[in-house]
Amino acid sequence: QGVRRTQRPPTTTFSDIISTVEFNHTGELLATGDKGGRVVIFQQEIENKNQPQFRSEYNVYSTFQSHEPEFDYLKSLEIEEKINKIRWLPQKNAAQFLLSTNDKTIKLWKISERDKRPEGYNLKEDDGRFKDPNNITSLRVPVLIPMDLMVEASPRRVFANAHTYHINSISVNSDNETYLSADDLRINLWHLEITDRSFNIVDIKPANMEELTEVITAAEFHPHQCNTFVYSSSKGTIRLCDMRVSALCDKHSKLFEEPEDPSNRSFFSEIISSISDVKFSHNGRYMMTRDYLSVKIWDLNMESRPVETYQVHEYLRSKLCSLYENDCIFDKFECCWNGNDSVVMTGSYNNFFRMFDRGQRRDVTLEASRENSKPMQVLKPRKVCAGGKRKKDEISVDSLDFNKKILHTAWHPQDNIIAVATTNNLYIFQDKVN
Amino acid sequence: MSATAAMEVNAEARRILAVSISKLYASRTQRGGLRLHRSLLLSLVMRSARDIYHSSRENEGPSCAQPTPEEPMDTGSNPGELTGLPEPQPEPQPALNSAELASEEPDSAEEDSDSEITEDKENLSPTRQSRKRRGKASAAPDFLPSKRARLEPGEERYAAPLGSCRAGAGESLTALSLNRVIPAF
Repeated sequence: QGVRRTQRPPTTTFSDIISTVEFNHTGELLATGDKGGRVVIFQQEIENKNQPQFRSEYNVYSTFQSHEPEFDYLKSLEIEEKINKIRWLPQKNAAQFLLSTNDKTIKLWKISERDKRPEGYNLKEDDGRFKDPNNITSLRVPVLIPMDLMVEASPRRVFANAHTYHINSISVNSDNETYLSADDLRINLWHLEITDRSFNIVDIKPANMEELTEVITAAEFHPHQCNTFVYSSSKGTIRLCDMRVSALCDKHSKLFEEPEDPSNRSFFSEIISSISDVKFSHNGRYMMTRDYLSVKIWDLNMESRPVETYQVHEYLRSKLCSLYENDCIFDKFECCWNGNDSVVMTGSYNNFFRMFDRGQRRDVTLEASRENSKPMQVLKPRKVCAGGKRKKDEISVDSLDFNKKILHTAWHPQDNIIAVATTNNLYIFQDKVN
Repeated sequence: MSATAAMEVNAEARRILAVSISKLYASRTQRGGLRLHRSLLLSLVMRSARDIYHSSRENEGPSCAQPTPEEPMDTGSNPGELTGLPEPQPEPQPALNSAELASEEPDSAEEDSDSEITEDKENLSPTRQSRKRRGKASAAPDFLPSKRARLEPGEERYAAPLGSCRAGAGESLTALSLNRVIPAF
């Protein structure tokens, strides 16, 4: 079947750069964080879901300021308010909970709806002014009357002062009681109810910092096994750790590493092998890693090499020096699985994003841009011409816009709806219903 | 290997080093503080570029006709052989001189000499200080900024003692900036 997508118009234009995108567990809510420390949550309007023309719309549900810029006086450093990651908690009651983090502090936010308000107080007027006690002659019970829906976000926990280095990941455990936070050198385990302490479970800081050779780049809990988590490194390795083995998980249970192809060595080999994201598959049998040029799928039972490797933009390999000069080589792309783990997606430059169908061994390049797509239009696959004669409709590598990068993408947990963040805009695409 | 190829590699390595150092200085003023990951990657690139720079300068020297390693190789490996990646060295050594340096072959013409020389580094790192830097010590790399590195609060400037396993005086600025990238936190 054709890979076809329709586009929703960009639902909002951010004044700040989007720094993270995450669907909740049902896919009804989509949270984005930005460089200004704000979180914007979109809600899916589920109308006419069984109709053939069903189009899901995501509208703004709640906006709040999660983090503010802070200043570390001891080190004379400013702490950025940029939201690095958002992770939703599974829903337990009427309210929704999410964790959001900047470089140093993680916060638990409660998002709740209010659609009724009390009216008929005895001691105060409806507008809040207190009544003159002498004028109160009767007693009544206040009643709840409907009101316009109001969505409130309130910070329920603040998990601070546990990270010396910059937090790059948070991950909620399947036990729904604990979560981990990872910075460049350490991983801490928290209990969601306890903010004044955390357990350090991984510490790779060398005694002498001059011996430092690798840092932690991402970490995630296994989706089902609450004792298992993985963390990736700047050297291109992934370590799987079992918390039952010992309190400090410095010794890995498994080490996933692919030997480097010596013919690809360059000045920049180390930079491009650094893993920018690691994600378990929904079924918990695989994990996916993203490095600068490729996406790799690993079977958790095989440490020696990935089972699948997909080239995202191999045509950039000969341009690494320029990409180093313009800093693009340091870009950290994320990746994601679809609901049934059959397709993986990641971003690239020129507002392109790539999807790899694992079963059908097909891949497609699509573009998220206002000029090239209108609402309800089917996206046209794009192609980059790596060299030689450029065909019509192809784009040459040299005309790619490296300022237009898609670092953050997310896939609805059940449906074929994807959220793609360009620098300032959020695009939501959905599979065309035939 | 021709002198021209060596010069090209030399120029490329110098350029990358210059770019890297300017990035390093720029990152000191960036919001949010020094990023450890980025600093580490910068230092890795700088190390590779610096090693290529020095090894290609050597090959430009009097013995430019054929690349002669200044020390006999213990491994007995073939000149053209790439023995894969160096193993991570657990013993504490100054990061610059450790055997973790990646072997770089940016130009296939360089392959023979580079693989020999980098294999040298991998296997004989403790004795490395007796090589080449003496000859180059007088010529400070001209791609470096003229002023000395501005220190972070709490950093101290130390003088590399003579005869230590650190690089010679002329290299001290490079050595300082690479070593201090990481401990600057």
